[in-house]
Amino acid sequence: MRRARVAYAGAIHEAYPDVAGVRLADGRVVGEDKVVWLPPVEAGTIVALGLNYADHAKELSFAKQDEPLVFLKGPGSLIGHNGQTRRPKDATFMHYECELAVVIGATARNVNRAEANAVIAGYTVANDYAIRDYLENYYRPNLRVKNRDTCTVLGPWLVDAGDVEDAANLTLRTYVNGVKTQEGNTRDLVFGIPYLVEYLTSFMTLDRGDVILTGTPEGVVNVDVGDEVVTEIEGIGRLVNTIAGDAVFGL
Amino acid sequence: MDLVIRDAIDLRPEQRSARPAPGNVYGALLNFRDALAALGEAATQPPYKAPPRAPVLFIKPRNALAAHGARIVVPRGVAALRMGGTLGVVIGRVACRVREADALAYVAGYTLANDVSVPHDSYFRPAVRHTCRDGFCPVGPRIVARESVRDPDDLTIDVAVDGVSQQRASTRDLVRPVGRLIADVTEFMTLVPGDVLLVGVAANAPLARAGQRVTVSIEGVGSLENALVAEAVA
Repeated sequence: MRRARVAYAGAIHEAYPDVAGVRLADGRVVGEDKVVWLPPVEAGTIVALGLNYADHAKELSFAKQDEPLVFLKGPGSLIGHNGQTRRPKDATFMHYECELAVVIGATARNVNRAEANAVIAGYTVANDYAIRDYLENYYRPNLRVKNRDTCTVLGPWLVDAGDVEDAANLTLRTYVNGVKTQEGNTRDLVFGIPYLVEYLTSFMTLDRGDVILTGTPEGVVNVDVGDEVVTEIEGIGRLVNTIAGDAVFGL
Repeated sequence: MDLVIRDAIDLRPEQRSARPAPGNVYGALLNFRDALAALGEAATQPPYKAPPRAPVLFIKPRNALAAHGARIVVPRGVAALRMGGTLGVVIGRVACRVREADALAYVAGYTLANDVSVPHDSYFRPAVRHTCRDGFCPVGPRIVARESVRDPDDLTIDVAVDGVSQQRASTRDLVRPVGRLIADVTEFMTLVPGDVLLVGVAANAPLARAGQRVTVSIEGVGSLENALVAEAVA
């Protein structure tokens, strides 16, 4: 099953795919462009992985790690499908990151990797933007790079884990204005999903609604105001986002 | 909706139904002058290469949040934990790109927090494994109204272990005073009512071991006390 959270006609609804658009839980069928797409989960803790594809780590000139590079993000940075992400005018290198997002479905502490699937509710697509101009070497990647308002795009669908045959073999692609700029496959994750669940829950309790952004493969390029960025994962979804300038935000 | 506090809100477990903090908890690292100075020459050398420009921020996730009186578990194989006594600024109004001069108007009140960590030396990577363990951020015991604190940039934070003061720090020594910190944070991330911004921990934060109790106090804000226990053997 796949489900979304959308705003329509004055309320927030769970919604499902329909040939004519989306079907709300109350039976109304509405065009995809007639709803406001929200992130498909009300996220709790958001854990993100850096340098978790060997090729992307190489692209950024990093040596192999012996422990996952983990950082946290706040829920305030999230937006949904078809949203706008702000590019500040002083930025010179802002890039998307197409990532498989794992949504936790149960309280999880000290979960062995062999049991990891039992605590996963499902998967969605993330586009975890970074603005490299603001990188500093303290708690890198620092929040100013990775935790900006509108810079974490999530959706459109939460796909039940049971409907994903093999999360360790999914193709990820990003298109900027229709041109493919990034392609990878989750089989190339340095630290796979079961290991990440084991690692994280060895020191912290994950809970229903927590999200793990598993990292991005190589192929990140600068995006500009007006660009349409589509991040897509085979069998999970196609997430659309547009880059907006400061003027839209009253600056 | 705005968070408006009259006098104080109690965060003690018996007084609350849900969570130890009213929102998400963010904090600033190296925001005391002595903590930044303690980096010394290292700040200009690899891996840092240059002193920090923007505030160095971290997140204390919900699993880390704990109440006054909750036990802090010392993990197996760790001798002692670092006690990061600090002031928590509780946001009262949606704060997006707030000016320093206006910032305190966005504050609902103040509380105490203990930014607990497994001792570690490097600030290069987010120290999630050292700082975000379950229960590693006691908050409370209450939020006092903004009006009851005359000046958040002139408070003494006392950290005591087993009743003996081990560290006294003044918020006069913040690199970024409260208003400036709110301005610099909300320049790129909106804070919402209930969010808590920790102002940072001074140099030489004390260590505590299992069996000890730690108290973080600020006159007029309160005393946050938690006992440390050893992790049970599996």
